[in-house]
Amino acid sequence: MSASQPPIDSPEIRRLTPVLAPGHTYSSVTDKISAIVLTRPISLGWLIGFVLAFSVFGVLNIAIGWLITKGVGIWGINIPIGWGFAIVNFVWWIGIGHAGTLISAILFLLNQKWRTSINRFAEAMTLFAVACAGIFPLIHTGRPWYAFWMFPYPSVMGIWPQFRSPLIWDVFAVSTYGTVSLLFWFVGLIPDLATLRDRSTTKLKQIIYGMLALGWRGSARHWHRYQSAYLLLAGLATPLVLSVHTVVSFDFSVAIVPGWHTTIFPPYFVAGAIYSGFAMVITIAIPLRKAYGLEDFITMRHLDNMAKVMLATGLIVAYGYFFEFFMSLYSGNKFDVFLVHQRLHGPYSPFYYALILCNILIPQLLWFQSIRNNVIVLFLMSIVVNVGMWLERFVIVVISLTRDFMPSAWGRYSPTVWDWATFIGTMGMFVMLIFLFVRVLPAISIAEMRELVAETSEEHK
Amino acid sequence: MDDMSENEFMHGRKHDHEEHEDSSRVEDHSEECAPDPTVHEHKLDLAAVRAKLRNHGGKQYWRTLEELSDNPHFEELLHREFPRQASEWDESVDRRDFLKLAAASLAFAGIAGCGNKPEQLIVPYVKQPDGLVLGKPRFYATAMPFGADAIGVLVESHEGRPTHVAGNPDHPSSLGSTDAITQASVLNLYDPDRAQTVTNAGEIRTWQQFLDAAAAAVSRSKTVAGASLRILTGTITSPTLAAQIQSVLKLVPGSKWHQWEPAGSDGPREGARLAFGRYVDTVYRPEKADVILSLDSDFLASGPGHIRYMKEYYRRRKLTSPSDTMNRLYVVEPTPSVTGATADHRLPLRASEVEQFARALAAKLGLGGSGTLEGAAQKWLDAAAADLQKHRGASLVVAGEFQPAEVHAIAHAINASLGNVGTTLNYIDPVEANPVNQLDSFSELCADMDAGKVDTLLIFGSNPVYDAPHNFDFVSKLTALKKSADPNKQERKVGTTIYLSTHFDETAEYCDWHIPESHFLETWGDARAFDGTVSVIQPLIAPLYRTHSAFEVLAAFTDKPGVTAYDAVRDRLKAAGTGDQEKFWRKTLNDGIVANSAYPPISAALKFNPASLPPAKTPSAGQIEFIFRPDSNVYDGRYANNGWLQELARPVTKLVWDNAALVSPKTAENLQLAQRAAARGGEHGQIITNVIDISLSNSQVTAASWIVPGQADGVVVLPLGYGRKNAGFTGSNKGFNAYMVRTSGALWMASAGSDIIKKTGEDYPLACTQYHFQMESRRKILSAGTLEEYRKNPSFAHEGDEQPSKDISLYKEFAYPGYAWGMAIDLNSCNGCNACVIACQSENNIPVVGKDQVMRGREMHWIRIDRYYKVETETGDPGGPDYDALANPETFFQPVPCQQCENAPCEQVCPVGATAHSAEGLNDMVYNRCIGTRYCSNNCPYKVRRFNFLRFQDWETPSLKLIRNPEVTVRSRGVMEKCTYCVQRINNVRIEAEKQNRPIADGEIVTACESACPSEAIVFGNANDKTSRVSKLKAQTRNYAILGELNTRPRTTYQAAVRNPNPELEKA
Amino acid sequence: MIQHRSHIYGVIGEFESPEQLVHAAAKIREEGYRYYECYTPFPLEGLPEAMGMRRNMVPLITLIGGLVGGLGGFGFQYWVNVISYPMNIAGRPLNSWPAFIPVTFELTILCASLSAVFGMLALNGLPQPHHPIFNAPRFSHASSDRFFVCIQARDKKFHLEATARFLQGLSAHHVSEVQDD
Repeated sequence: MSASQPPIDSPEIRRLTPVLAPGHTYSSVTDKISAIVLTRPISLGWLIGFVLAFSVFGVLNIAIGWLITKGVGIWGINIPIGWGFAIVNFVWWIGIGHAGTLISAILFLLNQKWRTSINRFAEAMTLFAVACAGIFPLIHTGRPWYAFWMFPYPSVMGIWPQFRSPLIWDVFAVSTYGTVSLLFWFVGLIPDLATLRDRSTTKLKQIIYGMLALGWRGSARHWHRYQSAYLLLAGLATPLVLSVHTVVSFDFSVAIVPGWHTTIFPPYFVAGAIYSGFAMVITIAIPLRKAYGLEDFITMRHLDNMAKVMLATGLIVAYGYFFEFFMSLYSGNKFDVFLVHQRLHGPYSPFYYALILCNILIPQLLWFQSIRNNVIVLFLMSIVVNVGMWLERFVIVVISLTRDFMPSAWGRYSPTVWDWATFIGTMGMFVMLIFLFVRVLPAISIAEMRELVAETSEEHK
Repeated sequence: MDDMSENEFMHGRKHDHEEHEDSSRVEDHSEECAPDPTVHEHKLDLAAVRAKLRNHGGKQYWRTLEELSDNPHFEELLHREFPRQASEWDESVDRRDFLKLAAASLAFAGIAGCGNKPEQLIVPYVKQPDGLVLGKPRFYATAMPFGADAIGVLVESHEGRPTHVAGNPDHPSSLGSTDAITQASVLNLYDPDRAQTVTNAGEIRTWQQFLDAAAAAVSRSKTVAGASLRILTGTITSPTLAAQIQSVLKLVPGSKWHQWEPAGSDGPREGARLAFGRYVDTVYRPEKADVILSLDSDFLASGPGHIRYMKEYYRRRKLTSPSDTMNRLYVVEPTPSVTGATADHRLPLRASEVEQFARALAAKLGLGGSGTLEGAAQKWLDAAAADLQKHRGASLVVAGEFQPAEVHAIAHAINASLGNVGTTLNYIDPVEANPVNQLDSFSELCADMDAGKVDTLLIFGSNPVYDAPHNFDFVSKLTALKKSADPNKQERKVGTTIYLSTHFDETAEYCDWHIPESHFLETWGDARAFDGTVSVIQPLIAPLYRTHSAFEVLAAFTDKPGVTAYDAVRDRLKAAGTGDQEKFWRKTLNDGIVANSAYPPISAALKFNPASLPPAKTPSAGQIEFIFRPDSNVYDGRYANNGWLQELARPVTKLVWDNAALVSPKTAENLQLAQRAAARGGEHGQIITNVIDISLSNSQVTAASWIVPGQADGVVVLPLGYGRKNAGFTGSNKGFNAYMVRTSGALWMASAGSDIIKKTGEDYPLACTQYHFQMESRRKILSAGTLEEYRKNPSFAHEGDEQPSKDISLYKEFAYPGYAWGMAIDLNSCNGCNACVIACQSENNIPVVGKDQVMRGREMHWIRIDRYYKVETETGDPGGPDYDALANPETFFQPVPCQQCENAPCEQVCPVGATAHSAEGLNDMVYNRCIGTRYCSNNCPYKVRRFNFLRFQDWETPSLKLIRNPEVTVRSRGVMEKCTYCVQRINNVRIEAEKQNRPIADGEIVTACESACPSEAIVFGNANDKTSRVSKLKAQTRNYAILGELNTRPRTTYQAAVRNPNPELEKA
Repeated sequence: MIQHRSHIYGVIGEFESPEQLVHAAAKIREEGYRYYECYTPFPLEGLPEAMGMRRNMVPLITLIGGLVGGLGGFGFQYWVNVISYPMNIAGRPLNSWPAFIPVTFELTILCASLSAVFGMLALNGLPQPHHPIFNAPRFSHASSDRFFVCIQARDKKFHLEATARFLQGLSAHHVSEVQDD
């Protein structure tokens, strides 16, 4: 780097802050990244973390087991609040599952080089989040063992799913999203798996990675088709990402419940999803780069950019809240107006204010370069945003249902210990999968890093 | 927590109560259901079995025995070794027994009246009983004796199992309708906690052993001087039973008959005597009255003849056009009753002030006497008096059951002076077989017991240990010992106590002999209805257990114990009949009543002048007045173990599973009583209230408080019938026992300083199904106006209507060319009496979920009755600050079943198409297809869908399997359910019509709620047929749809309520 | 060291930098070789052009997949709701086409993506766990930091020594033959 240090937030320093620290060669990036998987011994920290996560995952299994034995009555739901934590968590996880594919696909199309070092684990995170989300629609039904009726298969009765129901749209959207994300992730992995195959020392690893690599040999013709396939996937995944949370938002906006029946939902759900998604990426990236010394690959530039994306999407979400509010009052619909009143003064108003605080007020700090460059603060803020987005779903699902059309049927909701067990359990599952992932697969795309090396070396010439 | 909820939610077969408090109950059941393979190898090896029995837990060996049930030796062994379980085991109804019972009861109860002894008449189904078609229900007329009345019913029987009770159109006290308690009576028959065998001191005895004991008692009374037989009963209107008692009294020297009915008041009796010098009963004809004044009488919902009165009353409130007229009802009462809540004018007065009101009214009407009320009340009285006078001969004054004799006497005087006698009311001879002042009669018994004059005491139709005035301390009377020189020769003052009751209850604990009583659906008998009509009680099923009727027990004390109730009733009636006796008998059984056996009106000369009354004691101001009232659901406590009634939201308070000390908002303010919606369940389930200690008349009770808008200030209502110790699993230890503070001196009303109420500082969660009472100015939910408004603007119900026009849709509407089922509910006729709710529960196999689940907002009723007050307050919370607005709010009731929307929001969102529309416009629910996403319920603006959050149905208890309606699916866990318009009834009728190749006629299909409704508020029919009743109602200008602006196009529409206030008072 | 042709897959040469490989690839083509392949640790810009590759089939396959998914998806829903099992749901028309759009869209994406990936794999002849090229020494560097070119024996211009010399002429390191098997 240049000897004379310009002021910290001057434009040139940001240009100079590279997406890949200088001095790296093809072999060095290959070594450094593959080493995490191949040569590094299991660290005590990893072990402890994994065991903890695994035991929380155990809680999830107990909770689900009890649920199957007794029925959804073990949760806090009732009439009129037919949906509680299960759906709140579902939407929350799906939202988190948006960053990965978005980063990989959209930033790829926009040819944003800085995506390279974060897309791999962002995609992994997506898959794991979708897995967590996918649990809920299945177990929240009264008779989970019949959940497969939501899929179109030729049944003896000749009946099919009811395609007017947003829940069916959900089934298709989420399963498509899961599948495509998996493909996208795996396709990206193939060359790196080949690298691991060629570099692994033990026979077993060679066989396993060899199988997974599908015999990839980096032939130019293969690369040629590979690139167009990858490009097409990116192109397809982009509208898909946007569609998934749109469809999820239909679960609410298609219903007639005041507070659900809103046209603003699709855009602001998508924005919210990206918002929480990036927050979660930051939550994971910061400890990851610290633990495995990846500061060279996940640089401040990445964090800075992600923080900016958070800020931007956060503002869109804020706009969504405002407009929801405004339209309710402007429309003069007595039920909507009443709902606004409920959110501000009803029994659940604290949740609403907490939501505003977490999702709108606190993130405004991101306007400041110094905040964005402070790893600790950024980490904390990403967690605040995750909490905020969870509250948003709680406000939408629960508050709207507690007091709808018939005052005689008004009720209240409070979660039981089983609601919490299921929620926290999925977090355990998520973290556990992340831990496994960083141990067995390259957390950063080696092939793409080599491209970066090539480019940066050209720049330096 | 969740296990507790499992525990609560049904009244499963309970052996020992501890077991059901423990959370492993469900596991018990699963293990109970596991077949025991070892049983068959061990079939006859008694030793092995005995060993096994010792090792196993209660349910386990009970089950094992069931496996072994066909071994007589074993039965003996059991009676020796395990008396309790044996009885349960040997009566448990398995399929084979059940078929026997079915056949028996058919032969037994058939209108052919063939034969009398089931043993001789058990017919296997290979020879099918006459007229029976398997799978087709049959209906039998019988009657439910209740207090000084008998409610005529038609009971639906499936293969010999009575499953559903409906009103008997030919019966004067029913006219085809019923009330909640009558509807629920069928559940008492199958109550798993019923006593099942004769016991003495808890040990099983045979019937013969009892007969011997009875004979011994009789001979004792003949030989030993002063060893007399006493019979304590409730109110009895059965001529046969009364005759039987008389014959016992004749045979046994020194014997006496005492009566005690805790919730039956002496007021009306003594009032009649005061007015006429003799006991007479009053029969009202509300249909003939233009103006009715109720002096604290809930005559529409309780007391003899209330079902008929409700019908007649509301016939005068049906509106077809603005030109129609309506009657007008004034009610003076301390606490809102079903009658008062929907009155045109309601004046909350403390119970004690009602007498002053009566005196003042008499004075006003110039009957002598004097008295005035303060300001507003006097104005109210003047208007009412003027109105009454304006309608001489067409007015009616009804005095409340629980008001003292004076008020009744004054009412008689007023009615006489207004010339109502003979038009709007008649006097008849007492319906009671032996009218007496029951308090005196009971006190006399207690005194004699103290004096040791009672050798044998026979009790039936009463539960004195639980419901006697606490100052009588009846337990000590039963257990007191004779003073005797020799201390180790302890002898009880009362020699032998014999108790006949359906349950082994509080009194049974203290009696030597307990005889399990047969349900009225298991025995022959008769009873007089409120107007004297003799109704025949014919059994529909042979006794499920080894139970006996009061008649049989009494027979044991006569010289011919062999005579059966059947013979007695039959002989008696045949004697009454004229012409072909057999024909007469059959007709009687068929109709359920003895033709024109009603008492003729008598002319009772008034020997009373209000002026001659001693001046009333004025209740000292500032005092709190405690009034005792029978509970609207469990009555005096006799129905405490009925899960349906326990879980039935009380009309005004909407409380379930508990009683509470009711106070007015202002009184609550003064006593600093508060209540709030809990976080779980909230307004639709769980309300946290303050607990208070009430120390009254040297006794004390701890009760949860409850604030009731419209209650008179300074009044605390203590509902009777709760706090039972030994009612059975469902009814025990619920609520508080108001009898604890009820003394013979103050049976209905006691006043004391407010300092006797102490807040304990504790809170108690009450289950309340609707706490929020205001409509949040959502006018299109419940539409109401006055007659004047209606005449001015016939379509007042449509003010500000936002109902979209039919052609708003871009797409072609679905056509319903054939039948289009629809329902019309006339809010002008609904007073929230709850008959429809239980009718629906019984017809549609709706489970009971228990208090805990109700508190989570999970009750299962398919039809609910919403209660709204026509006031807007800050919080919409009775405990809120604006108690003035709630001093006397206008109250409205609205039954809400599934609205059967044509554009059903629920259907659109179901992912599996489990709810879809039928060709006749029904919103069908396909249970087998439902996966339970609950999305439909979220999207239902009326929130009428109900979800099986847990396995709410009781699949274990054998007796409860018998009550199920085989035509309705029994839903299990995880499935959504809701009102179907009784689709099973629709289909039955359709099949008949198609067989006869004719269209379904109007009124042919009657839904359960419609048939139960005494006020004929609910009408079901074909909306395509313009001549049908439902179409006519829907064509009215009062017709509107709830939340019509949502364009859901409900098939269930409502006719706006119209009140008929007195313009005089309106001006004021 | 010289062995029989039929046992030889081809001659492989190794380069330090992408530029060298691209340059070499162009030269080999000019020389008239047709059956040769480059192996690189990451896709190189300009290499396909240098090797004279034309556009590939993957986009077309994807397009077809997408069309099948979309039309099939909507068609299926139409068939289910209008022909196979018509039901009156909430009074909505049998063919509530707007409600069918989300599923149609998702199926389009799904089928397109699947055909893109599996089409690519099929065209590449993958999975193929073993390939003669893996016999080449140092080939493991192809997935790390070296750039290889291999002229195959089946090329009619192929002559072991000549081709080897030719590669060395392009300043390739470690030029060596690759055993066939």
